[in-house]
Amino acid sequence: MADLTTMPMAKALNAGLRKAMQDDRKVMLMGEDIGALGGVFRITEGLQAEFGRTRVLDTPLAESGIIGSAIGLAMRGYRPICEIQFDGFIYPGFDQITSQLAKMTNRHEGQVQMPVVIRVPYGGHIGAIEHHQESPEAYFAHTAGLRLVSPSTPNDAYWMIQEAVRSNDPVMFFEPKSRYWPKGEVDLAASAAPLHASRVVRSGTEVTVLAHGAMVSVLLQAAEVAAAEGTSIEVIDLRSLSPIDYGPILESVHKTGRLVVAQEAPGFVSIASEIAATVTERAFYSLQAPVLRVSGFDAPFPPAKLETLYLPDADRILDAVDRSLAY
Amino acid sequence: MAESETTVSLLSKEGALQPSESAEEFLPYFERLTEDDYRQFFTDMSVIRAFDVEATNLQRQGQLALWPPSIGQEGAQVGSARATRAQDHIFPAYREHAVAMIRGVDVLGIIELLRGHTHGGWNPAETNFHLYTLVIGSQTLHATGYAMGVNLDGACGTGNPDTDTAVLVYFGDGATSQGDVSEAFVFAASYQTPQVFFLQNNHWAISVPVSTQSRVPLYQRSRGFGVPSTQVDGNDVFASYAVTAKYLDDARSGRGPGFIEALTYRIGAHTTSDDPTKYRNSDDLAYWIERDPIARLEAYLRGLGADDAFFAGVREEATDFAADIRRRTLTLTSPSVDKMFDSVYSEPHPVLAEQKEWLERYEATYADPAAGGN
Ligand SMILES: Cc1ncc(C[n+]2csc(CCOP(=O)(O)OP(=O)(O)O)c2C)c(N)n1
Ligand SMILES: [Mg+2]
Repeated sequence: MADLTTMPMAKALNAGLRKAMQDDRKVMLMGEDIGALGGVFRITEGLQAEFGRTRVLDTPLAESGIIGSAIGLAMRGYRPICEIQFDGFIYPGFDQITSQLAKMTNRHEGQVQMPVVIRVPYGGHIGAIEHHQESPEAYFAHTAGLRLVSPSTPNDAYWMIQEAVRSNDPVMFFEPKSRYWPKGEVDLAASAAPLHASRVVRSGTEVTVLAHGAMVSVLLQAAEVAAAEGTSIEVIDLRSLSPIDYGPILESVHKTGRLVVAQEAPGFVSIASEIAATVTERAFYSLQAPVLRVSGFDAPFPPAKLETLYLPDADRILDAVDRSLAY
Repeated sequence: MAESETTVSLLSKEGALQPSESAEEFLPYFERLTEDDYRQFFTDMSVIRAFDVEATNLQRQGQLALWPPSIGQEGAQVGSARATRAQDHIFPAYREHAVAMIRGVDVLGIIELLRGHTHGGWNPAETNFHLYTLVIGSQTLHATGYAMGVNLDGACGTGNPDTDTAVLVYFGDGATSQGDVSEAFVFAASYQTPQVFFLQNNHWAISVPVSTQSRVPLYQRSRGFGVPSTQVDGNDVFASYAVTAKYLDDARSGRGPGFIEALTYRIGAHTTSDDPTKYRNSDDLAYWIERDPIARLEAYLRGLGADDAFFAGVREEATDFAADIRRRTLTLTSPSVDKMFDSVYSEPHPVLAEQKEWLERYEATYADPAAGGN
């Protein structure tokens, strides 16, 4: 039986974290300003008051310290959930994530597990200053040993954060910060899909469009406009960036013969590039047009006044849809 | 984390000249100041506070994305900045508005940065004041490397006061926890850089108190790395000046790096996005407001005979400065798309050239209704 309630993603994450902490007393939170302040986005609001300072740690200001010590805590049997304050501040922790956390299980030939979750608010659309609007997921997807996911709705956020915490591998949990506040329905009774499943969120027949995180809502907007103009678009929410669940994607492409992959991140060596290559390899004879990518430009994320030019919007998606249909 | 007898101070919180014992070695630097200098310090602090208040208002009115105020930290900033010489190089964090102004930066550049027009805002070559760095602590290593270069160039320790150069780097109490800052101390000590590390301990890193970053007074941090240090009352502009002047002199003379911890307080929010009522109490705030650097210097100047006319003049200068910033902010025009693509590399780049051209063509289809856009 569904148990439906409406809340924004920020609250859904908060509820999911609370649930994860209630379910397993080894689960703990670490990060900058996550205690009394509840994090700069208030995702952890109230959790330190509820679970105490030993389970919700306001850490010193050091990302390498946060990730590196989470590794040690995991070795000791804890399940740390680390918050990185903003996408662009993850890099001081890069060595600990990519050379240490990602490889620990492999180096131990499976004798050690790393149930560490790293939450990363990411992406643009918030008009913020430098380092606060980036999409760094490809750096991490390139590293074996890390799982990467990104919810696009409050319901997925609620369930995926709990599943991420249950994973015995490190999970990078990318939170589309521009989607923190719009409300959506959350079913507290049952999860909609497994952690690493991609999903059709709007069905259509002529072109498949695919994205993750905040870009999914842009695709849905584009699909709405296209429908009014008589074009039927199928929208897929990727949800998992590593591994990628190709089943629903290939099934959709076999049906439509056309695929547009969108992302906020720069296009060069990106998640979209990977999907384009794989779909071309596996569905070549179904494709009526080359797989097209719509991405941020291969330039640093610009000053906020230029962000609307940088970030793909519904028009840029529709432009690609038109180009795909023109083949 | 409050002051102790080792903290260097000259002006009491009531504005009386009462040098601490620990101030002795720094007194000669204070003594070379004239009453005109005192008045200049007062004007600097007053003007930048008016600027901060105006910028906060502009943010509230939707003109800026964000504003990080420096209110309460003017003593540490003005004292240290006034101790620099033209040839010295300064690496700020992101709250050193007074330092920028004193170095001659048009602080409208800071407004442009926080309005979302630019990632920079000024050309460091013009003032030797480098760009703001938002990633906590990174600039300490840049300063160290710059100072290594000064050493390699033989531009310190020659005895020539007009060319011997020091590097001054600002950072916060939160930043001291970053690995980069420890590495900067290591490199500075190893290469004996002509460099002064200037920490403004404003007691907070957003919501995290300094006690989370360190269990011992922070000025002691550098000593284990072999970098001598002094703790100063940062709300005392004279002490901040004198200690920085001595440390910069030592650095310029080739005596290696030093570290200053200036005790001060972030009177305002971390930025306009922050809500300090969630994590701190008003008693602390009251304690520090009593130690305001501007009120303290005003009391001292009045004791020396500065009259109402002087203070009214400063108020007018500050108000005019802020009004000018407001006026110029409202005339700023949005940056062009060139900002996004140009200067990513030092030479033309085929990928960016192609993407810029694509975007221009794409935008043009929307600008021209005949081309079929909407
Ligand atoms: C590497 C990094 N992590 C996190 C942040 C987010 N952040 C911005 S300011 C700040 C606190 C800085 O405190 P402090 O160094 O004391 O400087 P203050 O703001 O007090 O001047 C944090 C955590 C950042 N900018 N960079
Ligand atoms: Mg601070």
